[in-house]
Amino acid sequence: MFGKFDFGILWTNGSFLWNGMLLTLQLTVLAIGGGLLLGVILAVARLSPLRPLSWLVEGYVNFLRSMPLILVIFWFYTLVPKLIARPVSGFYSVLIAFIMFEAAYYSEIIRAGISSVRRGQISAALALGLTKMQAMRYVVLPQAVRNMIPVLLTQSIVMLQDTSLVYVVGLRDFLTSADIIATRDNRPTELYLFVALVFLVACFAASRLVNQLRRRYAL
Amino acid sequence: MGNYNWNWPIIFKEPYFGWIVSGFGKTLLIAVFAWTIAFPLGSAIGVARTTQNYALRLSGTVYVDIFRNIPLLVQMFLWYFVVPELLPADWGRWIKRDMPYPQFLTAVLCLGLYTASRVAEQVRSGIEAIPRGQRNAALAMGLTPLQMYRYVLVPVAYRTIIPPLTSDFLGVFKNSSLALTIGVLELTSQARQIEEYTFAAFEAFTVATVLYCLVTGLVILIMRIVEASTRIAGAITVGAQ
Repeated sequence: MFGKFDFGILWTNGSFLWNGMLLTLQLTVLAIGGGLLLGVILAVARLSPLRPLSWLVEGYVNFLRSMPLILVIFWFYTLVPKLIARPVSGFYSVLIAFIMFEAAYYSEIIRAGISSVRRGQISAALALGLTKMQAMRYVVLPQAVRNMIPVLLTQSIVMLQDTSLVYVVGLRDFLTSADIIATRDNRPTELYLFVALVFLVACFAASRLVNQLRRRYAL
Repeated sequence: MGNYNWNWPIIFKEPYFGWIVSGFGKTLLIAVFAWTIAFPLGSAIGVARTTQNYALRLSGTVYVDIFRNIPLLVQMFLWYFVVPELLPADWGRWIKRDMPYPQFLTAVLCLGLYTASRVAEQVRSGIEAIPRGQRNAALAMGLTPLQMYRYVLVPVAYRTIIPPLTSDFLGVFKNSSLALTIGVLELTSQARQIEEYTFAAFEAFTVATVLYCLVTGLVILIMRIVEASTRIAGAITVGAQ
């Protein structure tokens, strides 16, 4: 069945594909870092007793979650250079798009994690004489973090897969690099199958690890 | 942004207005068709993963693992560019030359099979959340395993997983935008095309954004009513949003 195919093409274009993979990893790591940071800030704002602030964040989260990621990428790809009034590398525009988008999802996970700690725990902590900050630091957060980490990791695996969408603005990530070779040499089968296999192995292994982690640390 | 020349009227002029309308229609059609594949198939796979039969459980698990661990865009390319090459030559030729609406149908198939893996996970967790007693009671009453699923487990599971199923439907609705990569002129790609023809980028993107948000809001509203009217007294809902 694969007689007419030439998988040697992967080898001869190895460094080009590897550079694509590096861009994918770079984008993923930076977007996870930025998304988590912004996500924590959003989650705290969402849980704050200041009603307007909480509503504002809720609006932001719901707004971004009802948009397709591709449209978000197009928005920021066009918006960022106009906002700062000078040309900017597509990588940064796309990175900002991913951070803004992922933060909306991360913040919901973090909020759910904190809300999952039962109220009785906080009451008990306060009754024991802990201050509000201490209750948060020693009672709520340790439990919340254990609940939310597997979900955050799963979301990050989804995010790794989602970075392939930078294809729509022509950024040379792993998939786009493979696509360039596939089109140039008319070898779509070899290249796309290879990309699929690499993602499948990486994401499958990662999600199994997350499952083990969940089993081990679940409360 | 101060020097951006807003040009709202252009969106409502032909041909641009027509582009938006037809793009919006295609987006809705892709989502609905893909869901009609995803919902029954996903339910079947979800059920398969909860049965006693090892082969059924394994094939369900393999399906879900494969479809969830390959980026959707890569899957789109596989269905569109690779599958016709791997099929017997006659079939491949038919797909490439004679199949009507090749891009549209490929997108529907790809999104349907991908979303089925998500639906399967929701159905499985819905069934697993049902107390074992229900299963035992159904069998003790003389129901066959098939009847047990049909009349006891699946109906209860559906009613508890309405919120996660809703977000999966909204997922397929948003993911329909990936069809633009194989040349389907759905809403996002029409917005992009208007940008290229008129430079009215923000107007076009805004219209698309508003339409996506409207549908999402509407679906959430309707499903909240459905959920409230089918809620099982005393039961809590399961699954992540």
